[in-house]
Amino acid sequence: MLIKTERPSRRQVLRGVLNGAAVAVSLPLLNAFLDGNGTAMAETGKPLPMRFGTWFWGLGVDDNVFVPKTTGAGFDLPKQLEALAEVRQHVNLFTNFNIFNDGRPNLCHYSGWVALRCGSAPSTRQSKPGQSLDCAISDRIGSGSRFSTLNLAATGRPRDSLSFRDADSMNPAEISALELYQKVFGADFVNPNSASFTPDPKVMVRKSVLSSITEQSKALEQTLGAADRARLDQYYTSVRELENRLAMQLERPPAAPNCKVPGKAPADMPIGLDVERVAARHKAMVDLLVMALSCNQTKVFNVLYSDSGSSLTRNGQEKTHHGYTHEEAMDSALGYQPNASWFVGRAMESWAYLIKAMAETPEGDGSLLDHSLLYAHSDCNLAKTHSIAGIPMFTAGKLNGRVKTGLHIDGKAEAGTRLGYTLQRLFDVPLASWGTQSMETARELGEILV
Amino acid sequence: MTLSHFTSFARKAALAAAGAALLLGSGLNTPWLAPATASAPRAAPPVAAPALPTMRLLTQSQYANTIADVFGPDIVAKVRFAPVNRTDGLLAIGAARAGLTPGVLDPLDATARSMARQILDPGHRALFLPCRPQAANQRDDACARAFLSGVGRRLYRRAMTEAELSAAVEMAGRAVAPTGDFYSGLAFSLGGMLVSPQFLFITETATRSLGAGEGMVLDGYSKASRLSFLLWDSAPDEELMRAAESGKLESQAELRRQVVRMLASPKYERGLRAFFSDYLDLEAFDTLSKDGEIYPAFSLKVAQEAREQILRTVTDHLMARKGDYRDLFTTRHTFMSSDLGAIYKVPVNRGSQGWEPYTFAPDDPRGGLLTLVGFLAQNSHPGRSSPTRRGRALREILLCQKVPDPPPNVDFSGFEEPSARLMPARQRLAAHSTVPTCRGCHALTDPMGLALENFDGAGQWRKTEHGMTIDASGSLSQVKFDDAVDLGRTVRDEPALRSCIVERLYGYSTGRSATAGDGPFLEYLVSDLDRRGYRFDDMLTSIILSKSFFAIASAGKVPVVASNSGKDGNSHADQN
Repeated sequence: MLIKTERPSRRQVLRGVLNGAAVAVSLPLLNAFLDGNGTAMAETGKPLPMRFGTWFWGLGVDDNVFVPKTTGAGFDLPKQLEALAEVRQHVNLFTNFNIFNDGRPNLCHYSGWVALRCGSAPSTRQSKPGQSLDCAISDRIGSGSRFSTLNLAATGRPRDSLSFRDADSMNPAEISALELYQKVFGADFVNPNSASFTPDPKVMVRKSVLSSITEQSKALEQTLGAADRARLDQYYTSVRELENRLAMQLERPPAAPNCKVPGKAPADMPIGLDVERVAARHKAMVDLLVMALSCNQTKVFNVLYSDSGSSLTRNGQEKTHHGYTHEEAMDSALGYQPNASWFVGRAMESWAYLIKAMAETPEGDGSLLDHSLLYAHSDCNLAKTHSIAGIPMFTAGKLNGRVKTGLHIDGKAEAGTRLGYTLQRLFDVPLASWGTQSMETARELGEILV
Repeated sequence: MTLSHFTSFARKAALAAAGAALLLGSGLNTPWLAPATASAPRAAPPVAAPALPTMRLLTQSQYANTIADVFGPDIVAKVRFAPVNRTDGLLAIGAARAGLTPGVLDPLDATARSMARQILDPGHRALFLPCRPQAANQRDDACARAFLSGVGRRLYRRAMTEAELSAAVEMAGRAVAPTGDFYSGLAFSLGGMLVSPQFLFITETATRSLGAGEGMVLDGYSKASRLSFLLWDSAPDEELMRAAESGKLESQAELRRQVVRMLASPKYERGLRAFFSDYLDLEAFDTLSKDGEIYPAFSLKVAQEAREQILRTVTDHLMARKGDYRDLFTTRHTFMSSDLGAIYKVPVNRGSQGWEPYTFAPDDPRGGLLTLVGFLAQNSHPGRSSPTRRGRALREILLCQKVPDPPPNVDFSGFEEPSARLMPARQRLAAHSTVPTCRGCHALTDPMGLALENFDGAGQWRKTEHGMTIDASGSLSQVKFDDAVDLGRTVRDEPALRSCIVERLYGYSTGRSATAGDGPFLEYLVSDLDRRGYRFDDMLTSIILSKSFFAIASAGKVPVVASNSGKDGNSHADQN
C-alpha cells in the first residue's frame, strides 16, 4: 500500500443550540497525519478541509510541442506548456497513458473523457458506464460544506458538464459568473467571518418543510417500478443535501480567516464561444470559485474550459478550434498545426490561471492549492486523428502533503484509469479496484505519492 | 447505402408509402373520427403494445405554464431547468428517465419559495385564498386546509390524500409561530408543495379498464395529465379534472369532447409550440452565437427571433391555415421582425417591435422551413455554413434517420487547406465522396446540405463563396434538385418525413420510444394520414382516441399497475 493515509473513520460533530434545540452538523475529521504536522487552522485548531477539483479542455494536444523531453522533476516546457511556467512546481504532468476500448468503438471526442471520468469506455454516445469520479469523492468529503459540488462551464452552455451520477442524471453546470455568485454568495450565504451570528428561525421552518415533503412522498414509491423508485431515491438524496445546507445555516460557521466575500455581483457576460470571451468567463468564474472554496462553501468542483469537440472560435476566423484540427495542414517545419495549437496554448493559460489563483490564496500554513488536488485532462491526444492513446492528464496541488508535485510521469502506455484510481484512493473512496476490462486497475501511481 | 439505425417501423413505413406495401393502409377508415359512411368493410386499427406508466420530470415550459394557469400571469416562474438527455430524438422521452441531482433541484427550490411568497403577498393573496383567517397572526387550520387542498389538487393534478393534506396544513400552522404570520406559514407550506415530487414529476398510475378483457389503462387523473401536457403543455384545467374525477373520461364520447374543447382553446398553441420546440431541437437557440466579425448582424436577439420565426411559421401553418404538415417545407408564408429583416435583407418597419406576416415571392430563393434563418444558422458553425450539419439535421431530426458517427481514424489530408486559399464548401467537401471511410455517411448528409449553400452560416443569402459561384444542386433518395426550394419540395414528398413525424409525435405523447410492438399501430397511422393528409389536429386526435394511447401493460407483465378508485390518486397498491 503506497498511500500513507489514515482513512477518516471518525467524525467530529459540532454542536450548537437554536431556540433550545440541539443542532448537529457533521464534519469529516482529517487524519492524524495532518494534525500531527500542524496543518490545522491556527485560529480554531480545526483541521483543514481537503478539496478536489477537475478541469477539462477539449481537443487534446500535439505531442511534438506538448510532451517534455525529460521525465521526473524539472521537466522542460515545450511550446504548448509554456503557459505553465509559473506554476510548473505545482503540477504533475502525465503523458503516454492510454484509453482501451475493449472492442467498443472509439466515439470521437466522447470515449476518452468518459473513460477517464468513470473508468470504462462507453459503448454508445448515450452510455455512461458508471458515475463520474468527482461524485465518488464528493460522497467522501463533500459533507460539511454547503454544496456537495460546484460545476462550472466557461463555454456558458448548461449541457457542458462532465459530472454525472448516471447516464440520465447530470450535475448541471453553472454557466455564468453572475449565476454562480447568486448561488453561492446570494441571500442564503452566511459569512463565516461576520462578527455576529443570529440564526434565522425561518431556516428551521424551511428544513421542516423539506422533511415533511420527503415523508409525504414516501407513498409515491408504492406505485413505481424499480427504475423510477431509484430516481425518487435520487430526489430524496438531493433534498437531504438541501436540508443539510439549511442545518449549516443554523450554526455559526467555522471561521475561515481567508474568506474574502466578493463585494458585489459580477457583471453579466454575453454568450459566445470566442476564445477571449471564454477566457474572461473562465476567469470570472474561477475568481468566485476560489472565494467559495476559501469560504468553505464547497470542497469539490468541476470546471470545463472548452467542450470536448471544442467549438471555440478566434475572432474573425471561419474555422472553429475543431475545424482547424481537421482541416489545417501539419506544418512540416514546425511539426504541428499552428492555428489548432494556438487554441491549446490558450487553454493552458486558463489552466494555469486556476492553479495560480488557488496557489496565491493563503490558507492555514500554506495556500488553498496546498490543501487541494486538481485533476485535469482532455478528450483525446491528437484531435486530428481522434487518438485516445496518450491522452494528456495533469494533477495540481499537494493535498495536505500527500502528493508530490513538479513531476512528469511517463505512463508507458498503461491505462489512464491508474490516475483516477489513485485520486479516489487519496480521498479514501473505498475501492478495491477501478475501471473494467483493460481499464481496470488496483495500482496507484506511486511516483506521485509522498 | 444503409442507415444503420433506421428503425424497422420507419423503414417499413417508408416502403409502404413508396408503394411497396400499400395494402397496409389502403381502404382503411378511422372509425373514431369520421362518421361511418364508408361502405367497404373496415379492419379495426391495430393496438400498440402496452407499456409501463411513466414518471416524467416536468419541463421548464410545463412548469411555467402550470404556474401561469393555476395562479395567473402575475406570478412569474423565473427558472432555468437543467438540461435532460435528448433520447430517441426527444427531450420528452429523456424527461421520463431524468434524475434529479442536487444541482437540478437547487434552482427549483429557490423558485418555489420565491413564487410561494409572491402568491401569498398582500397584493395577491386575496385572489387565491377562498377564506380569510380568523386572525392574521395565528394559525387557522380550516382556512389553510381550504387553500392548500384547492391549490394542491391543481399542482398534484389529483386530489391530495388526507395524509398529504394534513401534513401540509400542519406545516403551515407550525410555521405561524416563528414567522408571526398566517400567510407566511401558508407560503412555507406551498413552497414545499412546489418542490415536491408530486408536483415536479408527472407520475402516472394505472387501473383496470372498465371494458371487459381490455387489460389495464391509465387512471382518470393520469389520462387527464397525459392529455393536458400533450395539448396544452400544462396541467389539466378544472373541467378536465372534473371529468377525470367523475370517471367520465372513461367514455370515448367524453374523451372526444374534451379533445375537441382543448384543441379549440388558445392554450393549444402552447402545446404545439412545445412539441415543435422539442422535435426541432430549438433548445439549441438558447446558446446559439456566431462570430461577431464574420456575421455582425447575427446578435443574440436575432437568434431568439429566428427561433420565434420558426414557431410562428409552424403554428400559423398548422393552426391558422389548417395546413398539411408536409407543406411546411414548401410554404412561402412566414413572419418577420425588424432584426430578422436585416438578415433576410427585406424591408420591415424598423420601428416595429412586433412581427409582420411576410410571404416570399414565387421567385424568391427561400421557401419552406429549411430556408428559414433558424434552421440554417442553427445547423452551421459559428463562422461558416456546414452542409454536413444541415444534412445531418435533416436526416436525424426530420426524417428520424440515424447518421452513423464518423470513424475516428479518417485520413484528413484531403480536407486540408492552406488558410490563404479558402475553398467553397462543395470543393472542400469533395474529399467526402472520394475517401472510402467518409463516403458512406457523407452521402447521406452532404448532397442535401450542399443544396442550402446559398445561405451562409448566419442564414444570409449569397451567390458566391470565396469568389466562386455556388452550385446548390443535390439529391435525396435519388431525386435530384437544383436549389433550396427544390430541396424543400423533395423533402415534402419524402416518405420518411411522414413516418418520422408520426413516430416522434407518438413518442412525445407517451413519453417513451416507439418499439417494435408499436409498429403496426404507427404504420396504420401513417397509412391513414397518407389518405387524409397530415393536418396536425388529425394526427393528435388519431393518437389520443386510439386504444393505444392510454393502454398500460397488464399486471402480469409489469410490476406497477394497480387498482384505482377514480377518486383517490394515491390508492394504488404495488403488485410487485
